[in-house]
Amino acid sequence: MMDVLVQQLFFAGAEVWLAVMAMVLLVVGAFVGNRATAAISYASVLVLAAAVAFIIGLNGHPRVSLFGGAISTDALANFGRIMVFVTAALAIVLGDRWMKRVGLQKFEYPVLMLLAALGMSVMVSANSLISLYLGIEMQSLALYVLAAFSRDNPKSSEAGLKYFVLGALSSGLLLYGISLIYGFTGQVGFAEIANALPTSSKVGVVFGLVFMLAGLAFKVSAAPFHMWTPDVYEGAPTPVVAFFSSAPKLAAMILTARVLTEGFALATPEWQQVLIVIAVLSMIFGSFGGLVQGNIKRLLAYSSIANMGFALVGLAAGTAAGVQSVLIYMVIYMLTSLGLFAGLLVTARQGRPLESFEDFAGLAKVRPGLALVMTLLLFSAAGIPPLAGFWGKFFVFKAALDAGLVWLAVIGVVLSVIAAFYYLKLIKVMWFDEGDRPVDGIAWDAGLVALAMALFVGPISWFVLPVLEPWALRAAAILF
Amino acid sequence: MAALLLEYLPIVVFMALATILGLGFILAAAIVAPSNPDAEKVSAYECGFNAFDDARMKFDVRFYLVAILFIIFDLEVAFLFPWATSLMDMPKDVSIFAFWSMMVFLGVLTVGFVYEWKKGALEWE
Repeated sequence: MMDVLVQQLFFAGAEVWLAVMAMVLLVVGAFVGNRATAAISYASVLVLAAAVAFIIGLNGHPRVSLFGGAISTDALANFGRIMVFVTAALAIVLGDRWMKRVGLQKFEYPVLMLLAALGMSVMVSANSLISLYLGIEMQSLALYVLAAFSRDNPKSSEAGLKYFVLGALSSGLLLYGISLIYGFTGQVGFAEIANALPTSSKVGVVFGLVFMLAGLAFKVSAAPFHMWTPDVYEGAPTPVVAFFSSAPKLAAMILTARVLTEGFALATPEWQQVLIVIAVLSMIFGSFGGLVQGNIKRLLAYSSIANMGFALVGLAAGTAAGVQSVLIYMVIYMLTSLGLFAGLLVTARQGRPLESFEDFAGLAKVRPGLALVMTLLLFSAAGIPPLAGFWGKFFVFKAALDAGLVWLAVIGVVLSVIAAFYYLKLIKVMWFDEGDRPVDGIAWDAGLVALAMALFVGPISWFVLPVLEPWALRAAAILF
Repeated sequence: MAALLLEYLPIVVFMALATILGLGFILAAAIVAPSNPDAEKVSAYECGFNAFDDARMKFDVRFYLVAILFIIFDLEVAFLFPWATSLMDMPKDVSIFAFWSMMVFLGVLTVGFVYEWKKGALEWE
């Protein structure tokens, strides 16, 4: 028994390592206090880097099922974990320097980030409904606290409370769905559910599946469960929002893909309908809702809703190419979004962050470099051809077309043109509107992250995509 | 039938003992204790509040912090209890595994406890 356990703990090494180090750093922080924040932040980044190195070492290892089928390490889980850990490390660096500047530095920030990353790593490797729920709750609880991190700011507290209450509601929906599925199939493991499906009541299982999808749609902020997103994005501290808009969405997407294809492959026509409705609604709400926003963080919240719609188009295809396209799309979206939020952190006016369209008026005259970086990222988000965002959309719509969902792809393309309006509007405001009010100095940490992401969506992506494409396909193939 | 009822004998004995002791203390208090009531002394209260009053009043949020911190350890006991009663009924290697699993859980809980202690959540002032 013990040697089996040791072997299993080895394969779950990344999770064990993150959990232990998060607790060690928490105790160190509790004893030393907030003056250790910078050290704990860098230690957390190193912890995440070590976890990434460990997973790269595991890469190519065949699928191993751990802890009675609760989680498994495989190509898809490794893909998700590497992306989540890298994003978390970037968000820790961004957040630490920013919080130092605004006087909000607390050692809990990197520790909560580590715990959220741990929850997401359980999510991407979950193989049963129990670990699915545990992973989601673990990341959500850390994220609720992070949303309210600037607790003296009423908007941040509001964001935290709204996120918490609506998150609890969605967890309730999710659990209700899980209990129905367990009741009708008698199983919690994805593979066991798939085996039990032919002999179970179809109506009951589909009923539970719809509730579960509603809960998962809330976590990826897909319409009609997107109500919390603009308020939370507006209120929460910007580095935290950069993280919200990236890693949790990827983790929830991978989780959704895994539960649907591994557990409910026999019910594909049923969940396909639900996903198509959610995808179309998200694209509509995200594209039209963003048109009337004056606050850039709210605008990016609507942009993320629309982007989840595009990603779900790929998932709705229900094929390996579809899941592959979702993975590629999500990676490109994550990095673009991180770059855009980092761009919001680069400068300020007398300490007040640039958050509205007026703040950005004429930015190209005072900070041409920043304006150029933001322009590249926005063009990519709008899906202008040579940039990475175009290729993300290309793969998603191609997967939908190959699966015979022609009209879904057409709706997607039309709505992505509409969404392009608000990205172009921000570019127009930066370059052509009057206004040369001076801005504060540049924050180099955020500037470098934004610049790196701008370079990624530009030239670097042409070299990364040929590597990313087969890697995502290998990850997606284990589901089919 | 008699054998079945006999199984409940300890409960009957317990109830009888409880009744006698309970009545005994009430009677003893009524007869022996000095009685000197005033309004403050006989009014019902809970946690420093009047039992029947307008609910919209200022209260000290620290009561709730203590209550929340208490719930964690309350749940911990609820979790420990079934573990403690079944630990020794398992095969030896399983029970060793179960023992260390719970120790890991208690260790995680201790980390949280150290954190709340050092943050001063347990200090009243």
